[in-house]
Amino acid sequence: MKTLKNLSILFMSALVFTACSNDDDNPEPVNEEEVITTLTATLIPVTGGTTVTLQTRDLDGDGPNDPVVSVSGALASNTTYNGTLELLNETESPAEPINAEIEAEDDEHQFFYQITNSLATFEYTDFDGDSNPIGLEFTVTTSANLGTGTLTITLRHEPSKSDTGVSDGDITNAGGETDIQAVFSISVE
Amino acid sequence: MRYYILIITCCLFSITYGQNCNYKLSGNIHDFHDGSAITGATIYIKTLDRYTTSNIEGNYTIEDLCKGLLTFEVSHLGCETKIIKVQINGDTQYEINMEHHIEELNEIKIDASGNPKLTKTSQESQLKTKTLERFSAFSLGDALKHISGVSSINTGNTIVKPVINGLHSSRVVVMTNGVRLQDQEWGIEHAPNIDLNAAGSINVIKGANSLAYGGDAIGGVIVLKPQKISLKDSLYGKTIVSGQTNGRGYSIASTLTKSWQKGWYFTGQASAKRFGDFEAPDYSLTNTGLDSKGFSVNTGFKTFEKGFNVYYSYLNNQIGILRGSHIGNVEDLNNAINLQNLVGIINKEPLGTEDFSYEINAPRQDVTHQIIKADFYKRFKKFGRLEVLYDFQNNQRFEYDVRVGDDRNKPAIDLTLKTHTLKSSLKIDTNTNAVYRFGLALGFQNNFANPETGVRRLIPDYDKYDAGVFAISNFKLNDNTNLDFGLRYDFNKIDAKKFYRTSRWIERGYDVDFANIVIDDLGTQLLVNPVLNYHNVSASAGMSHKFNDKNTIIFNYGLSNRAPNSSELFSDGLHHSAARIELGDLRIKQETSHRISGSYQFKNKSLSLNLESFLNHINDYIFIKPTGTEQTIRGAFPVWDYIQTDALLYGLDVTANYNFSRKWFLNNKSSFIKGRDLIKKEALIDIPSFKTVNVLGYLNKKWLNFNAELQSELILMQNDYPNNNFEVYIPTTEEFILLDISTPPPTYHLMHFESDITIKLSEKTDLNVGINVTNIFNTSYREYLNRLRYFADDLGRNFMLQLKLNY
Repeated sequence: MKTLKNLSILFMSALVFTACSNDDDNPEPVNEEEVITTLTATLIPVTGGTTVTLQTRDLDGDGPNDPVVSVSGALASNTTYNGTLELLNETESPAEPINAEIEAEDDEHQFFYQITNSLATFEYTDFDGDSNPIGLEFTVTTSANLGTGTLTITLRHEPSKSDTGVSDGDITNAGGETDIQAVFSISVE
Repeated sequence: MRYYILIITCCLFSITYGQNCNYKLSGNIHDFHDGSAITGATIYIKTLDRYTTSNIEGNYTIEDLCKGLLTFEVSHLGCETKIIKVQINGDTQYEINMEHHIEELNEIKIDASGNPKLTKTSQESQLKTKTLERFSAFSLGDALKHISGVSSINTGNTIVKPVINGLHSSRVVVMTNGVRLQDQEWGIEHAPNIDLNAAGSINVIKGANSLAYGGDAIGGVIVLKPQKISLKDSLYGKTIVSGQTNGRGYSIASTLTKSWQKGWYFTGQASAKRFGDFEAPDYSLTNTGLDSKGFSVNTGFKTFEKGFNVYYSYLNNQIGILRGSHIGNVEDLNNAINLQNLVGIINKEPLGTEDFSYEINAPRQDVTHQIIKADFYKRFKKFGRLEVLYDFQNNQRFEYDVRVGDDRNKPAIDLTLKTHTLKSSLKIDTNTNAVYRFGLALGFQNNFANPETGVRRLIPDYDKYDAGVFAISNFKLNDNTNLDFGLRYDFNKIDAKKFYRTSRWIERGYDVDFANIVIDDLGTQLLVNPVLNYHNVSASAGMSHKFNDKNTIIFNYGLSNRAPNSSELFSDGLHHSAARIELGDLRIKQETSHRISGSYQFKNKSLSLNLESFLNHINDYIFIKPTGTEQTIRGAFPVWDYIQTDALLYGLDVTANYNFSRKWFLNNKSSFIKGRDLIKKEALIDIPSFKTVNVLGYLNKKWLNFNAELQSELILMQNDYPNNNFEVYIPTTEEFILLDISTPPPTYHLMHFESDITIKLSEKTDLNVGINVTNIFNTSYREYLNRLRYFADDLGRNFMLQLKLNY
């Protein structure tokens, strides 16, 4: 019977101990460090004119709310734009810029740009140490075609940049996993 | 007082001096349990070479004894032979308790086929040491698949969860050395933390009929027991070493036991396994290695009347998960699924495939499970056996995801689950024809999710309290008929603290139903404190009847309730390997199972047949199914919700063995199962398809115990599945496609071969050499119940060599 008694004392104390150590305080909230909430593409016409910004913003991350996608206005035909991307984690305050993280591991990341209806062409202007493209900086040149279509921006983590067409911006053989995929409705006027 | 001692001493002295040799030893021999007289027990005095037997009242007398220590042996049919020492200083009375129906002994002698069972009226199967040793390099789930009706749900080939009659995870209870395993068994990619090498035998009880182990085992119970220790002065052990080509791995396991006749024993056991990337027939499965280390010590003291046991076990598993299965969004999933359809194209290997390596990179799991157990039992004369058990388990799970930057080496999941259990049971067995058992179990569990991960918690912090009481009885109506009844009540309480995204809280409608449990509002997040109570009643009734030596039937009914687990209640996030958002529901209530089963067993000289059928009706069956899609910045994801329905599962398991001759035999194991969603009137997801395994075997004792088996394993395509396919827009190809996540893989057939011989090295040392070839024809196949089936083929051919040394 003594063993029984000892066991129950052990059990009780363990129970009390564990209960005490956790019960009093509430868990800390988690700071989500890797979430990308906001992608902003800024297109500045080389020869002057109206800057166009495209933005997708999903403040609840994987939560139920859809990202808010906005396009500031139409692109002008026959125009070359210098483009830059800005990535932010706005779940933190102040918002945490993500660009540097991608630049630090630029050989493992690549953005892809796809424009429908031959509205524009696209070129990379930034490259990693192996002279493969990254895509945080680029140029977009609109054609003479007028109309509407979509611009899809995709960020792939660990793509095979050496596979056929990948360094020219063709996503078909890129592989890797998708970190961002945003579709913007654009028009060329 | 002093005077008395003096007088007694003087008397003794004078007696000794007289060298009197006509003392008498007499007494009564009776049964320990019910006190009944034992007639015809043999008493043998070796030194005098004299025999006597007890009479009809159990009385015995031995005359003409000299002074001194008398040693004699008492034996009786069905009892353990006892050695008794009595000091003879005059006419002596000595009562002898015999142990008539020792469980420990029963397990060996109950039937000649050596099939010790834990229950008499349940559908139960056993894997013995010899079978388990063949799986030394593999997992619990791999070994259990050799029981008809048991299959597995896999994540790759190293995370293997047993599925009993279509049910798994929280619906299957795993008991190891008396301890109910608490190792986050709720997750499909959480394999049981069991080192098969620590087990001497495994019993699988289908259904919830063994209430002593828990009331919520809707699927069944898996009971692992350590190797039996025989009480004699000895030191023995075994070592198993194996190497295999697929995965280029090895495994080593060693056990050493020291036992003493008096009842003390000590067993130490350790094992290590190391595998690199496994291989499918056409390509390497990058990052599928395994690094496993474990040890255990088991010590204590046992006699028939009392004993104790202290047990500690440690197991660490580092498991790589196929690199190609980590994907970003549905488009990646679509690309992965399409790869397998590129028939005729050689380069259809999964994404991220590299050359062979032993490295285990992200995604990977690093899980450590520790168990400390102490138990104590005592038998009371003419009453029964009381047992008290306490255990503490610590489960530490790290999961590493593919991450970038500073977080690269930080786990994405860091959970510590601590469980304390105190159990006590009392077995009243004075009457062997009516045995009663009463039990009580108390449990406390704490889960801690480390916020340092920088990833939202998948499972929240919680405290869980459990209390259960049960009463079971076994009636033996006659030699051929057994009846079992059981009743159990369990109370479960979960007290959790969880952060919800405010948007999710509103989307779920919790702001209406659970507004009062919010304890902190951080703007975009809410901290809530759900406290959930569940009352569960379980009951069982069973009957077995033996018509004659050849025919036996078993019927039973089990009612069981299972409270939802933390994953079903609280899941809230993105699952990378499945590219889906999984959502639990606070409103989920417990599920109730009614299971009816019937078995027929036939046995004659050459044929043995066991047919087990079951029908399991589960009200409020909890399962996960797709309900829509959500957009995130990564793209679109299907949403899978935990919901409840009424389900019906039914099936038939066949085990047949036919001996052509002393040397040749045929064996068949087949299982058929159907699962229906009764509300939606469609098939249930993840139900194992029809499987049949046929074995042609040859044994020859004269050729060094030569043994060879050729196995054919046929698994038919699952034609009965729910259609969960969904349409999704793929931006890169600018089209809507139907994503086929439902269609099961086609039928496959595999051939295996195994053979072994045993060489006697010395009187006490045996060497067993075995070879094993699996998937002889290097067939490419995918299994419906493997979660990585979208991404890669299953394992290709493997040669294994195993050396087993018993000493």
